[in-house]
Amino acid sequence: MNRKIREAIRYLGYGTHAIDEQTLALVERSMEELSAGVRERFIYRIFELSQDGETLQIGDWKIRSRSLSKNMKGCGQVIVFAATLGTAADQMIRRASVTEMARAVVLQACAAALLEEYCDSCQEKIAGELAEKGWYLRPRFSPGYGDFDIHHQERLLKVLQADKTIGLTMTKSCMLTPTKSVTALIGASREQIPCHRQGCEACGKTDCAYRRDSE
Amino acid sequence: MRERLFKDLLFLDGGMGTLLQERGLKPGELPETWNLKRKDEIIDIHRQYYEAGSDIVLSNTFGANALKFHDEDCPLRDVIFAAVENVRTARALAGKDDGQHYVALDIGPTGKLLEPMGDLTFDEAYEAFAQAARYGAEAGADLIHIETMSDTYEVKAAVLAAREQTDLPVFATLIFDERGKLLTGGDPAGTVAMLEGLGVDALGINCGLGPEQMLPILEEICRHASVPVIVKPNAGLPKQRDGKTCYDVTPDMFAGWMKKIVEAGACIIGGCCGTTPAHIRAMTQACRGMEIRVPQEKNETIVSSYGQSVVLGEKPVIIGERINPTGKKRFKQALKEHDMDYILKEGIRQQEQGAHILDVNVGLPDIDEAAMMEEVIKELQGVTSLPLQIDTVDQKAMERAMRIYNGKPMVNSVSGKQESMDMVFPLVKKYGGVVIGLALDERGIPKTAEERVEVAGKIIREAAKYGIKPKDIVIDVLTMTISSEPEGAITALEALEMVRKQYHVQTVLGVSNISFGLPYRPAVNSIFYAMAMQKGLSAGIINPGSEEMMKAYRSYLALMNLDKNCESYIAAYADYKPAAGVQSQEGGAASASKNPVKSGEIDLRYAIERGLKEEASRLAKERSGMEEPLDIINQYLIPALDTVGRQFEQGTLFLPQLLMSADAAKEAFAVLKNAMDQKGIAQEKHGKVILATVKGDIHDIGKNIVKVLLENYGFDVIDLGKDVAPERIVETAVKEDIHLVGLSALMTTTVVSMEETIRMLRKEKPDCQVMVGGAVLNQEYADMIGADFYGKDAMQSVHFAQKVLHSEKMES
Repeated sequence: MNRKIREAIRYLGYGTHAIDEQTLALVERSMEELSAGVRERFIYRIFELSQDGETLQIGDWKIRSRSLSKNMKGCGQVIVFAATLGTAADQMIRRASVTEMARAVVLQACAAALLEEYCDSCQEKIAGELAEKGWYLRPRFSPGYGDFDIHHQERLLKVLQADKTIGLTMTKSCMLTPTKSVTALIGASREQIPCHRQGCEACGKTDCAYRRDSE
Repeated sequence: MRERLFKDLLFLDGGMGTLLQERGLKPGELPETWNLKRKDEIIDIHRQYYEAGSDIVLSNTFGANALKFHDEDCPLRDVIFAAVENVRTARALAGKDDGQHYVALDIGPTGKLLEPMGDLTFDEAYEAFAQAARYGAEAGADLIHIETMSDTYEVKAAVLAAREQTDLPVFATLIFDERGKLLTGGDPAGTVAMLEGLGVDALGINCGLGPEQMLPILEEICRHASVPVIVKPNAGLPKQRDGKTCYDVTPDMFAGWMKKIVEAGACIIGGCCGTTPAHIRAMTQACRGMEIRVPQEKNETIVSSYGQSVVLGEKPVIIGERINPTGKKRFKQALKEHDMDYILKEGIRQQEQGAHILDVNVGLPDIDEAAMMEEVIKELQGVTSLPLQIDTVDQKAMERAMRIYNGKPMVNSVSGKQESMDMVFPLVKKYGGVVIGLALDERGIPKTAEERVEVAGKIIREAAKYGIKPKDIVIDVLTMTISSEPEGAITALEALEMVRKQYHVQTVLGVSNISFGLPYRPAVNSIFYAMAMQKGLSAGIINPGSEEMMKAYRSYLALMNLDKNCESYIAAYADYKPAAGVQSQEGGAASASKNPVKSGEIDLRYAIERGLKEEASRLAKERSGMEEPLDIINQYLIPALDTVGRQFEQGTLFLPQLLMSADAAKEAFAVLKNAMDQKGIAQEKHGKVILATVKGDIHDIGKNIVKVLLENYGFDVIDLGKDVAPERIVETAVKEDIHLVGLSALMTTTVVSMEETIRMLRKEKPDCQVMVGGAVLNQEYADMIGADFYGKDAMQSVHFAQKVLHSEKMES
């Protein structure tokens, strides 16, 4: 079973339980359908980053956040990043919601897994380019994580002109549309510190039903 | 300037953003503020473009609309007025006040995604563009240039606004990707059809790509466009170097490509991101004096949606007829009960069965047809990318639908009656569309083919007075049932052939009328369908769920070499086996008695527990021939749902399985409901529940899960959808006397609306309980905002609903 499928199953709440054949078939079929139907896109820009205590500064954009500052500690550059599966994924899910709710839920999980993997692959690509110049990346950190205020979403999208470059926008309440999208800041430092792909395991909520089983 | 459009090659200007960055614009700073704050810089750039040879220079107003531009020091009106004035000043400074150089108001996208993908309504988008267009026209712009659009719906709002609010010429350009698609999925053919229908003066492509990559897309656009085509490429594809975005195509290279672009058919050219006055100078020097390829009127009949286009006349097209209450009790009920899911399912099913366009008729005497039409069109466009056919005789409904439709619609219909033509043609002229012309007039339906053809001619001539081309008219020569009109089929077939020959227009027929009053109608319908296609029928309005009709259709395509290597035919029938001894698939109840073993108690329960949809439906049908529907529900369906629900709560079975089972139960319920309706038994409902995703929140999957389960447990769910204002929830609760409301929210930013909704409900409808759920919520949070119940998962909301509404029922 590939990682994408495994992740989708985790999002469906299976935890450590084995998945039944019927559902697995549905997951595999849905993942195939999604992969064929969506067109992923991403965009990033690299900026100088300065830090003052818990305040980060990118040009004249100031962000006050303890958790982000911790993540970015020692970074001289920051990558402003956004990726999306586009409107097709939302359409597929909405359509399934009318005819077959089980498939809607499975598509939703598959889309999340597909998007995460896509972001990882984008980040690897960026990491590769920057490594040549002696910069090393931190795990990506999104508006809404920890105390990184979700309202920074607007500025982030504007910096990337994400609406016109990849068709990514947000609603009045800072939700990304298309919904299967990610925005993030990725710190880059001169120092290569060993860090695993963070994310789920780093979270403090250890009783979460969706927590990734640390293998 | 309109008269120059089909004659001269016109030059636009080049990039603005990159030049402003060089002059010190910071990332994220609003470039439009410079119209007031750094006026001289802006005038200087405009002047350089005029001097470089631009005939048309765009104002620095790309983001100047109320949805995108927010700056306390610079009111929007002042910004737009200053921006237009700056171009005018630059034109004077460059000595180009000769009446041959123009100032264009630039309009870019709102930066928001429209419904149903985002939260911006079509009317809000329209208002923002209308305001900008009015300011621009007042300030003295010579034309409106709408650009960098990636969504057909948004560009439609902008073009409508520009056309309705001003008399200025309107240009519109969009971003296509390397594969020739818009970000929202649209193709050049459909986009061109829509924009020309809306009456733009020129259209084309800008941004996203360099000139080289745009060339094939330009060629595709030119194949379909009847108006001049605009090309405004970037200086190559953007690259990142040392944190900066760079473009590689030099002015000389750019000029070389632009020559090729003019040769390929572009009539108005300029540059987008990364191009400079040097690029434009090189371009104008290289291209000045070149003859344009004057755009020729194209004769394709195209209807489109946001995601695809359908050409009439290449091979026969299927228009699905099922979204229509005429003669359908269940559909009427769905309209009355506002059962949107039922209507949407009819649409999705027809698409799966092979329809290319969906007819939409929601006319019932006692409903607000315009409101219902608007809602159904919007909802359908959220779940299917098929183009739609707006089918109504209500002027208000027709106009509203044509206005909010995303694409170029098909319109059903106009007739040869003067009154009808006076009503329909102005709408087609304004919004664009392909309209069905019925061959009847004040004298009724003519008896002979010749007379019908005459009426068709009258319709085509009257349309021409409005500037509506024959390509946008599809003639319906009318099908009269052969049981009362013996010559009905013959007359229709004759007229069909004559109309094609005489007027070269496309044709359509409502096929199934032919057999009205006869037994075994599909036999007659399908043969007549094949005969009509042979005589030149471009589109049949049929039921794609009818196997006979689809057999006729697929066979016809295969026979006429319209199905390459018979691929579609083989794909559909490779596994076909004649059903031995069974006459039709309708014989569910009859076959049950032949096979009582298979329909045992365990089977229906088992089918639902295991989420086997088809089995559940089949077994329910068999059972309903032997037992009372209510008994089947209580003895098989409910116990099966309870078992699965329990296993879900115990953690031995998971959400997808719970829902597969729910989906299967739903199928069985639909069968039993049908049986009950036939027997005249009223369905027992356990009370009404409102469900809504709160204002500001557009994630509704959680709410939809709860809905499916509540419905299976017999609750009457009023689904208000997503992004629902508190007022609407309260109003519905009061009006319908609701005692339980379920609210869903995903993010902290939207829990505020949830709290607000609860507060208002407490005040206006104190006897109503509120249950909440969603990713961001927990018990503590739910308590804090004053909810009565926090549902951790969908089953819990079922239990709570049972507790609240069942105990209530006992009391009464």
